[in-house]
Amino acid sequence: MQYVIAFVTGGIICALSQILIDRTKLTPARILTAYVVAGVVLTAVGVYKPFVDFAGAGATVPLLGFGYTLAEGVRSAVAQSGMLGAFTGGAQAAAGGISAAVFFGLLTALLFRPEDKS
Amino acid sequence: MDVTPQEYTSMVQKQSDPSPMLRDMAWAFVVGGAICTLGQAVLEFWKFTGLGQKDAAIATSITLIALAALLTGLHVYEKLAKHAGAGTLVPITGFSNSVASPALEFKSEGLVLGTAAKMFIIAGPVLVYGIGASIVYGILLVLFGGY
Repeated sequence: MQYVIAFVTGGIICALSQILIDRTKLTPARILTAYVVAGVVLTAVGVYKPFVDFAGAGATVPLLGFGYTLAEGVRSAVAQSGMLGAFTGGAQAAAGGISAAVFFGLLTALLFRPEDKS
Repeated sequence: MDVTPQEYTSMVQKQSDPSPMLRDMAWAFVVGGAICTLGQAVLEFWKFTGLGQKDAAIATSITLIALAALLTGLHVYEKLAKHAGAGTLVPITGFSNSVASPALEFKSEGLVLGTAAKMFIIAGPVLVYGIGASIVYGILLVLFGGY
């Protein structure tokens, strides 16, 4: 059942994003940036956590979930170490994803050939 | 046959896909949904190996990112993205692709100013505003409580 919920919720988020792409001039960079910030805001106002509990990967895999990870990390770090946590919590929680993207991106560049454009 | 430019345009529109946006949305829904379902399966796998909920979520992100980077290197991801649009952009695999794709493409400009600098062309803004927003949230929490 959790798989069906993940499929439908994740699918709906992507389909709605497609409207943004088709109807506005937003570039991928702007959409991804907006989604991460939206994820932080939605988590801050308390909406996203219940959604994650319900939708599982349908909520965490879209980039909104990256914002959720940042915000949740900050919240628990602030609870532990106050103002210091505001600066450490987000990046700490997202470290795995950021490092993986950098590392595997570099590895991809080293191991593969750019597509022949001709 | 005599046709005015307006008539010609409407004829072409009738011949082409009646609703490209609905078709795009269907693609985005199916592919995006499939990636999230895969994510759920990977999450269950990592939980099965004994990781807690939080660590399993991190391991899932890393797994999906590695997979998307590999598919980017094999030039499969961009072929899928041509049809799937937001379906491949919005999941975290799209974030990985946004790093790996310029890293590979700009290799010709060198490994420092090409690969390493250009890999942040999209990820950079995402991190700047994502981390920025999270710090603002943290400061608000410290000032007003509620954590």
